[in-house]
Amino acid sequence: MSLSTIAGGLRRIGAGTRQAISRIGFAARFFVAVILHTPAAIRRIQLTLREVYFAGVLSLVVIMVSGLFVGMVLGLQGFDTLNRYGAGDSLGIFVGLSLVRELGPVVAGLLFASRAGSAITAEIGLMKTTEQLSAMEMMAVDPLARIIAPRFWGGVISMPLLAALFSVTGVFGAYLVGVRLIGVDNGTFWGNMQAGIDFWPDVTNGIIKSFVFGIAVSLIAVFEGFDAKPTAEGVSSATTRTVVGGSLAILALDFVLTVFMFRGVGE
Amino acid sequence: MKRSTIDLWVGIFVTIGFGAIVFLALKVGNLTSLNAAPSYRLEARFDNIGGLKLRAPVKAAGVVVGRVAAVRLDPKTYEAIVALNVDNGYEFSKDTIASILTSGLLGEVYIGLNAGGDPQMLASGEQIAKTQSAIVLEKLISQFMFDKASSGVSK
Repeated sequence: MSLSTIAGGLRRIGAGTRQAISRIGFAARFFVAVILHTPAAIRRIQLTLREVYFAGVLSLVVIMVSGLFVGMVLGLQGFDTLNRYGAGDSLGIFVGLSLVRELGPVVAGLLFASRAGSAITAEIGLMKTTEQLSAMEMMAVDPLARIIAPRFWGGVISMPLLAALFSVTGVFGAYLVGVRLIGVDNGTFWGNMQAGIDFWPDVTNGIIKSFVFGIAVSLIAVFEGFDAKPTAEGVSSATTRTVVGGSLAILALDFVLTVFMFRGVGE
Repeated sequence: MKRSTIDLWVGIFVTIGFGAIVFLALKVGNLTSLNAAPSYRLEARFDNIGGLKLRAPVKAAGVVVGRVAAVRLDPKTYEAIVALNVDNGYEFSKDTIASILTSGLLGEVYIGLNAGGDPQMLASGEQIAKTQSAIVLEKLISQFMFDKASSGVSK
């Protein structure tokens, strides 16, 4: 009796692992297929622009409002902590570096995953459920070229721009709190920021990060939608997987990228 | 939604997105350090460079005139060889003294150049003969304590 339950448990673990690994394999194959369909997304630029509109333009409000609030909180908290060491004047560089290097790409990426990623997954999942994708194949229209590739590239284009906007509104929020409210000197605030932050590597590293996050989130979103079970429940769980998986992917990739980017800092 | 409306909004979005990147480059970061002024290379030997880092500023009379380009160890003399990139506009006499200094107690470490009176100027690739090593605070304190202790014994 006990032997058969152990065997059954082992079988379940094995089957689960196999399933997970073949899903990864399918995701990798899918990624290559999407990249190979890039020319289709460029040829039908109108479709890609439409997706930039849905993924980017419609995320503007949430990105900019969150950026403003994150910047204002950073201004308050940063000033409070720095001022204990008599370094309140360094608020500019503190805020600028945290936003440009980390918070801009990461928080914008998390918001992007929940705002745009979930919408992409739900849309594609519903298309699959209502058999629109199969209908397209029947009409010899490749869904990868017509549906998937434009959505993927729309997300990839939008993400770095959204992250940059997040950083800028964040810096502006910190300026409002730090300079206007608390009274850090205006010249010191901007001067410290400019002296301490270089375009290369600080700003470019942030842009590279947001670009990588854009690829990761967009890929997860289109893949989960394409791979969703064609039921109402399947679409809902695929959407959840996009948000959870996308967010975790962003945080994990952020650590890996940071390790690579700041390897030479201690020298 | 009409196609032209979407185009308009995407255009606005892309424009302000790139505007944000330009803002980050110019107002938040200093893009000027990317295309630095043309410079020439000088070298200086130090017994101890303390906490000197790559890209640390080289200052003359407090004005930044260059950056530290490379730091390596001479395997024979065990001296540190520091390569400096000095902006082309500035020339320094042969008897210039290079010293490693710290701005403030906890500030950044930089190289200070004190120009001398020699009419001949240092050319690219030459070595600065006179150098002053970093003052290591721990050594200074232990020396001071040692002096105090020995003077106390002799009393």
